[in-house]
Amino acid sequence: MDQVIAFLFEPLPFLIWTSLLKTFFVLFGAILPLVSLAVFAERKVSAFIQDRIGPNRVGAPISLIGFKKDISLWGLGQMVADPIKLLLKENFIPNSVNKFYYYIAPKLTMIPPLLVLAVIPFGSSFLTGPDGKPVPMVVANVDIGVLWVFAISSLGVYGIVLAGWASNSKYPFLGGIRSSSQMISYELALGLSVVPVFLICGTLNLTQIVDWQIQNGWLIAPWLNLEFAWWKVALGVLLPISFIIFLVSMFAETNRTPFDLPEAEQELVGGYHTEYSSMGFALFFLGEYAAMIAGSGVIVTLFFGGWSFPGIPDGTATWLPFGLEQSLPATLVWLPGAFWGFVNINVFFAKVSAFIFFFIWVRWTVPRFRYDQLMKLGWIYFFEIALVNIFLVAAVLVYLK
Amino acid sequence: MSLALFWAFAALMLIFGIGVVLLRNPVSSAMCLVVSFVGLASLFFLLDAFFIGIIQILVYAGAVMVLFLFIIMLLDLKAERARKLNLPALGGGILVLAGFIAILVRVICSEPKFAAVKPALAQSTTNDVQAVGVTLFTQFNLPFQIIGVLLLVATIGVVVLSKRELK
Amino acid sequence: MAIVVQRPKLSLAEKLYLPAVLGGLFLTFKHFLRSLGGKSVTMQYPEQRWDDKLPPWYRGAPTLVKDEWGRERCVSCQLCEFICPPRAITITPEEIPTNDPWAKVEKRPKEFEIDMIRCIYCGLCEEVCPEQAIYLRKDYAITGYSRAEMKHNKEKLYELGGVMPGVVNKWNENK
Repeated sequence: MDQVIAFLFEPLPFLIWTSLLKTFFVLFGAILPLVSLAVFAERKVSAFIQDRIGPNRVGAPISLIGFKKDISLWGLGQMVADPIKLLLKENFIPNSVNKFYYYIAPKLTMIPPLLVLAVIPFGSSFLTGPDGKPVPMVVANVDIGVLWVFAISSLGVYGIVLAGWASNSKYPFLGGIRSSSQMISYELALGLSVVPVFLICGTLNLTQIVDWQIQNGWLIAPWLNLEFAWWKVALGVLLPISFIIFLVSMFAETNRTPFDLPEAEQELVGGYHTEYSSMGFALFFLGEYAAMIAGSGVIVTLFFGGWSFPGIPDGTATWLPFGLEQSLPATLVWLPGAFWGFVNINVFFAKVSAFIFFFIWVRWTVPRFRYDQLMKLGWIYFFEIALVNIFLVAAVLVYLK
Repeated sequence: MSLALFWAFAALMLIFGIGVVLLRNPVSSAMCLVVSFVGLASLFFLLDAFFIGIIQILVYAGAVMVLFLFIIMLLDLKAERARKLNLPALGGGILVLAGFIAILVRVICSEPKFAAVKPALAQSTTNDVQAVGVTLFTQFNLPFQIIGVLLLVATIGVVVLSKRELK
Repeated sequence: MAIVVQRPKLSLAEKLYLPAVLGGLFLTFKHFLRSLGGKSVTMQYPEQRWDDKLPPWYRGAPTLVKDEWGRERCVSCQLCEFICPPRAITITPEEIPTNDPWAKVEKRPKEFEIDMIRCIYCGLCEEVCPEQAIYLRKDYAITGYSRAEMKHNKEKLYELGGVMPGVVNKWNENK
């Protein structure tokens, strides 16, 4: 037993099992429940915005085991009922499709958003590894974090394009074409709009960007930090521009309204997923929400301080609220760190949830763009504004810092 | 472990590289090329060249191949699939390939220094993004600027060509 | 000649598009908060019903009615059967036996069936009936587990219809 524990705390096995644990936690403990919660929230928020009530019946079906009435739980059971419905439906495959690509396309849409989440730090480190270094609360702490995000999310277009092509049908095809041109166009604006962030932080590593923001204030409004400096005020004007371009481009990249032209119901029936049913459709559907969550995570990390929140310490803290740490026994000295680490993880997911709400809120507010407006916005406005913004931020950094 | 990964990714790259040539369906060829690029990027990752690897995915797999696919999808693929194998062309191709490999093997065998295993590069203290940036803007600044101008010229050329008919 | 519609000149704020988006976001958020406070317009159907708010002219399920003396108003003239657009009504007429107090009416339905799967609630049967025997009542939730159950027979129709003291009094002795 002791040998096993000793083996587990050697550097390489330790790295492997902590990584697996983190992956497992992020994937099954946070993202997949969050995806199905987002689907439920979409229905509920859209209902509220339209003065309706939304799903409020499905809950614990205790009448199945002999009770008189079900518990409705404000309709939260819908989170489970929707995926079950999609799973149990008939998976109908049209005769004319290209079978291989038809099968593989939904998977290709689902995988990239999940891979993107690998580099997003979701909490402060409260564990110390065998080499004395803290274990970062991110699956892969790589130096090219942001580039990884862009590269992998740009692979997400393959699923949609192949679905459109393999369906061998006009509407999905048009959806696939629209999607590929839209994603290529907005990738430019997306990439250029965050260059100021790297210029300011001097790193591509998302963990280090969060650390920078803890010390110098969140990038959306660096002047809010207690340390006042003129360059922060100047950046306070330029960074919101960056943020708006990034946010809008993120809407376009995730195919959300007002940029959901690839699946415009009124024009293209269902767009690229017209010919899909059952789990194939569900993967497209969940992939869109997973992309939304990944996008929210990136926005939160880049502009809103990641897991940090003013007044909340990170995992290295040794105190607890109300002075509770003094009554702890000596074997529980790790508890304050674990407690604050847990709080930090929750802060991150609270911020992500707020952005998911924003995504949904915008969807039920703003009408869809026309295709030429979409292209004009991406190529003529955002591209140029982002370029100019880079130069302005560089100038501010050179002359004021 | 990294050696096993090297063989795995190299095999992946080669298999899909052969797929690019052999598959009759252009979309399949393009997708094979994408997988091949991802394998190549993984090989770069194994060499600790994260920046080059990720740029490989970002530029080639994420942008260039999407454009390729975009164009291929607009073509009529039935003609391509119906085409018969051209035996003389195939024979010629094999001949050229055999000649190339023969020369390659000869060159490598002729001089021991070509076949020698080089010692591993020293681990740099800064991260490789920084290293690439510093090298580009100090040691290779002039070529870098020239390439920038070249790309600008190409962009202007495209604008001129596409706007010519509007006048 | 083609009419050139002048596009409206947009101000800078309108061109930026963002103020309009923000305005829209505020508007939808107002509705969101209102619904969150429980002021949405949805009616929770099986528990809350609008039965008492139905207008008097509401066209629910067609029913047969009896008059104030308990006589079947229907005389089996079969006009409703003929006019029914989806042909939902089937009438089997019957002669009234001579020992019946209403023998002078001569005919009554032996069986009267309305197929509620076919019925389109148009109200033409009510319109055409010379005896004011068939009325569209306010029952709108007509359900059943089988096709047979959805076929309303005479008994069911009278049960739904009840008594309707009418203006057509030609059959009673007072006239």
